[in-house]
Amino acid sequence: MFAFCTDPSTLSGWWWFACYLTSATHLDFYWSFGVVLLLLALAAPLSLALGMGGALAARSRFWPLALVGRGYVNAVRGVPDVIFFLFVPIALDQLIEVTFHYTMCPDWTAEIWQGNDFRVCDEAKTPAPGAPVWVRQTYGFVLALIAFALVFGAFVANTLRGAMEAVPAAQIETAESFGMTRAQAFRRIVLPQMWIYALPGLSNLWMILTKATPLLFLLGIQDIVYWARELGGQKTELYTYPHPDWRLWYFLVVLCFYLLLTWVSQRFFDRLMERVNLGQATAGGEAQRRAAG
Amino acid sequence: MRTCAESFDSLILRSLGRDFGQVQLPRGLDITLCDQVFLIASGLIWNVYFATLALLAGFLVAVGLALAKGSARPALRKPAEAYIFIFRGSPLFVQFFFVYEALVLLPREGLVIPLGLIDLTLDTQWTTRAWAGALFVLFLNTSAYSAEIFHGALKAIPKGDIEAADAYGLSGAQKFRRITWPTMLRLAWPSYTNEAIFLLHATTLVFFSAFPTRQQMGDALYYARYFADQTFNPFIAYPIVAAYFVLLTLVVIGLFGLINRRLNRHLPRAARARLRFRPQYIR
Amino acid sequence: MKKLLLSAAALALMASGAMAQQVVRIASEGAYPPYNFINDATGELDGFERALGDELCRRANLTCEWVINDWDSIIPNLVAGNYDAIMAGMSITEARAEIISFTQNYILPENSAYMALEGTAMDVITSGVISAQSNTIQAGYIADSTATLVEFATPDETIAAVRNGEVDAVFADQSYLEPFQAESGGQLVFLGDPIPLGGGVGMGLRQSDVALREAFDAAIASMKADGSLNALLTEWFGEDQPLYE
Repeated sequence: MFAFCTDPSTLSGWWWFACYLTSATHLDFYWSFGVVLLLLALAAPLSLALGMGGALAARSRFWPLALVGRGYVNAVRGVPDVIFFLFVPIALDQLIEVTFHYTMCPDWTAEIWQGNDFRVCDEAKTPAPGAPVWVRQTYGFVLALIAFALVFGAFVANTLRGAMEAVPAAQIETAESFGMTRAQAFRRIVLPQMWIYALPGLSNLWMILTKATPLLFLLGIQDIVYWARELGGQKTELYTYPHPDWRLWYFLVVLCFYLLLTWVSQRFFDRLMERVNLGQATAGGEAQRRAAG
Repeated sequence: MRTCAESFDSLILRSLGRDFGQVQLPRGLDITLCDQVFLIASGLIWNVYFATLALLAGFLVAVGLALAKGSARPALRKPAEAYIFIFRGSPLFVQFFFVYEALVLLPREGLVIPLGLIDLTLDTQWTTRAWAGALFVLFLNTSAYSAEIFHGALKAIPKGDIEAADAYGLSGAQKFRRITWPTMLRLAWPSYTNEAIFLLHATTLVFFSAFPTRQQMGDALYYARYFADQTFNPFIAYPIVAAYFVLLTLVVIGLFGLINRRLNRHLPRAARARLRFRPQYIR
Repeated sequence: MKKLLLSAAALALMASGAMAQQVVRIASEGAYPPYNFINDATGELDGFERALGDELCRRANLTCEWVINDWDSIIPNLVAGNYDAIMAGMSITEARAEIISFTQNYILPENSAYMALEGTAMDVITSGVISAQSNTIQAGYIADSTATLVEFATPDETIAAVRNGEVDAVFADQSYLEPFQAESGGQLVFLGDPIPLGGGVGMGLRQSDVALREAFDAAIASMKADGSLNALLTEWFGEDQPLYE
C-alpha cells in the first residue's frame, strides 16, 4: 500500500510491520470485520421478523398454524446451532435449484441426482454460470444470512411469545370490554406494550447472535476466524512476508474485537432499558424513581 | 454389506479409540445406515462426558464467583466481574482457539518447579488433548454463565426472608446454608437448566475448532460430518445427530425437572416455579 | 474423405467456439505452497497450479475463474455444482475416482515423507504420534498403520504441531515439507525413507462432465508434448523434481 513496500525483504522492524499489516491479505482480513458487522445488522431485523411470525403463529387459534409455529420453535431449540449452519445452506441451495428446475425446465428427462452429482438444467442454476464474482459472494452471504435468521428467529419467537403473554391480562379484558375485537386489542394494546417485557430477552439474543458469528466460516464465508487462521500460520520464504506461527496474536485480536462488541452492545441496551422503563410500573421504573428523588 | 449387529459391535465404542472398535472407519460405498446410527451414537459419549464434567466443576466455581460478584469488597468483586465479562463476552469458538494456542506454548518437557532440594517436573503433554484442554475451556465458559445466573438469583432473594433470618438470630453460615443457598438455587434453577442444555449443545464445537482428533476419536458431530463428506449426502447424517441431541435435551430437561420439583417441594402448588424451557444462552 | 475431414474440422471449431463462451470455475485450497497459496502481496491465488490452470484454460479456449474452498468440503462442493473443477494438489486415488473423475496427472506420483524435530528416534514411524491433514492420502496411510494419527484441518497446523511437540512427526507431500525443513536451520529433519503414494496429482471433475475432462486432457497432453509442463514443474518445484519423458 505504501511506496516503500515494493521489496519487503529489505525492510525490518516497524517498517516491515507497516507493510505487513497493510498487505492485500490483511486488507481482506479487515474487510471481513465489516462483513461480520453487516451480517449482524441484517440478521437482527430478519430474525425479529421471523420471530414475530413464529410467535403469532404459535399463539394462533388456528391449530395447524399453531402447530407449525410451535414445531419451528421447538425443532430449532432442541438441536445445536452448528448442525443447522452445516445443513441449511446446502439444503436451501439444492431446494432453490430444484424448484427453478421444475418450473423452468419441465421437459428435462434426466435424473437430477446422477450418482453422486447434483445436476439441474442450466437455467435453474443459481447463481447463473456466467454471473460475476460479486453475485456469487452475495448469494453465499444471503444463504448464510437466512441460516442465521432461521435459527435465531426461533429464539426470538419464544421470547416474543413470553412477552406477549406477560402483558397484564387486565389490559386485554379492558380492551375487549370496550368492544375491540381480538385483533384490534392485539394491535393497539398488546403489541405496543410487550416490548418492555421483550427487551431483556432480545438484548440477550443479540449478544448470542454476535457470538455465533465465528461459525460463518462453516458457511463458506471468509470471515474473521478464517483469516485469523490463514494469516497466523507459519509462512515460508515463498511468501512475500514470511513469519513464524503467530496464531495466538491473531486470535487475541479476534477475542478483543468480540469483547469490544459485547461491551458496546451492553452499554447500548442498558441505556435502552433505562429509556423504556421510564415511568413504567416495573421494578426498573421504580428503581429510577427512587434514584431520581 | 454388514449386518446391523456387526456394525453395532465394531462401532458403538469406536469413539474411545482404535482398541475399542474397528481400526478403520467405514469408507465410501461401504457405509450403511446402521454404521451411521451407531458410530454417531458412539460420538455422543464425548458430548456427554464434556457436558457432565464441565457442568459439575463449573457449578462449584460459579457459586463462589456469584458470591464474589455480589460482595461489597472490590478486591473480590472486580476480578469476578472481569472474569465473567471475558468468558461471557467472547464466543466459545474463539475461546477454544485461543486457549489451545496458549496451552500449546507450554514447554513440552514439562514445567520445572524448583523446590529447594528437588525439582518438580509437571507433565504438560496432556493439557492440549481434547479430553483435558477442551474440558477446561468448557468449564471456564460455563462457570461464567452460571455465575451470572446465580448472581441474578442472589439479588432476587426476597428481602423478607433475609430479614426474618436475621430476626431469628441465625449466624452467617447458618443463614447461608438454610436460607440463601436453597433459595438461590430454587430461583436460579429454570435458567440453569437452559444453561445445561446449551452447554450440551456447545460440546459439538470441540472438534470443530482448534483441538485435533487422535486416532479419529471424535464426538457425534465429527462423525456426522465424516459421513456427510464420505457419502455426499448430508440428509442422513445430520438429521441423525439432530435427533440424538433432541433426545439428550429431553433427558436433561427431565432430570433437571425432577430436581426442580424437589427444590420447590415446600411451596404451595400455585407458587411453584414451573420449569419452562426458555433458552437464553448459546455459545 | 475430404468432406468428412472438413465437417470434422468444422465440428471441432464449433465445439471449441461453444466452449469459448463457457466460464469454467476451478477451485483450489490456497493453503498448500508451492502448489497453491494466496499471495499476500496481491491477495490473489498463486502457485504452480494457478500458473498451470491459466495456461490449460488458454489452450482449451476456456474462460476460467478461480475459487478458494477449504479442503474438507472441496469434493462435496464440486459434486453439488458450486464449481466445475478442482486443482488443489489432489492425488488420484481409487477411493476418490469412485466419486469424481480425474484428468491424466500433471505431476508425477510423488513421495510423501516424515518430518520431525532433530533428534527424534526412528521408531516414531511405527509407534509414535503422527500428524496429517484430514481427508488426505497421507492421513489414510497413517490411519492404516500402527502409529497414532492426529488430524488437522489445515496443512500448516500439522507442522506447527511438530514444532510445539504435540506430535512426534508429520507425514505429508515431500514438496510441501521441503521449504519448512530448509528454513528451519537444522531444527526439522526428514525421518526415514520417502514413501510414494497416490497416482500423481490430477484435475478433479464431475463424472458427468465428459466433454470438459476431454478438453483439459487434450490441453495437458499438449503441454507435456512441447515441454512447457516440465518447464513449469522445474520453475516451481526445483531441479530435483521428476519430469515427464
